[in-house]
Amino acid sequence: MTPDLITDLYVFVLAGFVGFEVVKRVSPLLHTPLMSLTNAISAIAVVGSIAITGEQRSTLSTVLGTIAVTASVINVVGGFLITDRMLKMFKTRPPKAR
Amino acid sequence: MTEPVLADAIAVAYIAAAVLFILALKWLSAPATARRGVRAGEIGMVLAVVGALLRHEIVSYQWILVAFFLGSAVGIPMAVFMPMTAVPQRTALSHAFGALAAALVGTAEYYLRTPTLDAFTMSALDLEMLLGFLTFTGSLMAFGKLQELLPTRPITYRGQNVVNLALLGLAVAIAIYLVWDPGATSLFPVFAGLALVFGVLLIIPIGGADMPTVISLLNSYAGLSASAMGFVLDNKLLIIAGALDGASGFILSVIMCRAMNRSFTNVLFGAFGSVQAGAAAPAGERTVRSATPEEAASILAVATSVIIVPGYGMAVAQAQHKVRELYEALTKRGIEVRFAIHPVAGRMPGHMNVLLAEAEIPYDRLVEMEEINPEFPQTDVALVIGANDVTNPAARHDTSSPIYGMPILDVDRAKTVMVIKRSMSPGFAGVENELYYMDKTLMLFGDAKAVVGEMVKALSGAAHA
Repeated sequence: MTPDLITDLYVFVLAGFVGFEVVKRVSPLLHTPLMSLTNAISAIAVVGSIAITGEQRSTLSTVLGTIAVTASVINVVGGFLITDRMLKMFKTRPPKAR
Repeated sequence: MTEPVLADAIAVAYIAAAVLFILALKWLSAPATARRGVRAGEIGMVLAVVGALLRHEIVSYQWILVAFFLGSAVGIPMAVFMPMTAVPQRTALSHAFGALAAALVGTAEYYLRTPTLDAFTMSALDLEMLLGFLTFTGSLMAFGKLQELLPTRPITYRGQNVVNLALLGLAVAIAIYLVWDPGATSLFPVFAGLALVFGVLLIIPIGGADMPTVISLLNSYAGLSASAMGFVLDNKLLIIAGALDGASGFILSVIMCRAMNRSFTNVLFGAFGSVQAGAAAPAGERTVRSATPEEAASILAVATSVIIVPGYGMAVAQAQHKVRELYEALTKRGIEVRFAIHPVAGRMPGHMNVLLAEAEIPYDRLVEMEEINPEFPQTDVALVIGANDVTNPAARHDTSSPIYGMPILDVDRAKTVMVIKRSMSPGFAGVENELYYMDKTLMLFGDAKAVVGEMVKALSGAAHA
């Protein structure tokens, strides 16, 4: 294995641990927004898709890349929007003062 | 900017994005800071996308722009108009999109680099595509079941597990062969096809009650697939974001499994709900006490503490806004009202909290199972709305019951129990609920929305009298 791949493995293992520790602390109250937010974040696959599409190394890769960017952008845009929409609804007091 | 400077700037932007993603999840831990977390995630994403667009290898923006436009045109309306009851479906779809993106990028990379792929990169590609393709079709199946385009009951046949394992085994065998000989391009479509078919077959035998677990597991797979893409492209930001998503999905699946007292293998290969239907105890000999909404309201009116136990049935009946009115009517009389939330209430983790928050019920009234259970003995009335198996005391003591060992809400320990239910039909697990036959239980038969509405009317009428 090349040193690059070793570094990548380090990054993966450490990020996994950080993820574990951080997500463990999320209140069950917010587990649905948690899933939609992590889903939006993992749509970071858009970065790889942009590279494949923009480099135009073959027709096949450009076509597949374009579909991949579309799919990722749906998740990026939709994921953040719906997470915020859900979180806006969580209130401590009833909105109408009585 | 010169090329090395630009490359360094992009690298720094990626590191900042990684930090922001971790902060986003950290801030999500509590409702007070959660929206700040969304902002952090958004800024991180913008940094990453700008960084990706500025790379000098990008020769054309034409198709990227087309895709950005298409993706926004689909994604924005989906997020803005999706009703909260449909959030599980949307989530399943977004797992499918995420996995599809990873699988397609993997496919493109494979064909671009095929003869010269080293063993490690090819292994990562194998993993990316296996998880990507199976999560894609699996999530589409989950979407179909949640949207009720497909039967929600488990579909099983003889030898199902053998067929599934054989398919998976074959796919893995081809994947290993491709590591040894990446140039075997004729085998590649077979590999992709097997992964796609396996995703379908994996979800077919899983029933509606297990959807919270399945959706979490698919979440984890989609994240791991994105992480594997990071290994292929040697992009650490992808590795980190994918690992965060993978860890989150994994934790949620473990929580869901625990909440149903089941193992992963049991969820994936057990076909819950199809076999146990016959296990229901002979009914008919036992009697239930039924009551009218007005009678129930008069009992509630003199209570000092009430715990409401909502289940997915409440959401199906669209009763959450009536429940909010009931909550307000009772609170106005000085009665303490809380909501007991079982981890698997709803169709995905945390779904019930979102539905109640949407109905403008303050979130500090929503209490988790472990915290609320000790409170039931001191509670005057436990009102069960559209929940069934998670309230069945048999889970605590009846070793022969299929749900034995499942953590439940100790509703039966309250002084009076009221159950709003359409009929006496058993729940997902096909198990008779002995709660309904207890002396202190009153059954309120009917549509949840209508029954709660009548209770509210009776309560406010009594207040004016």
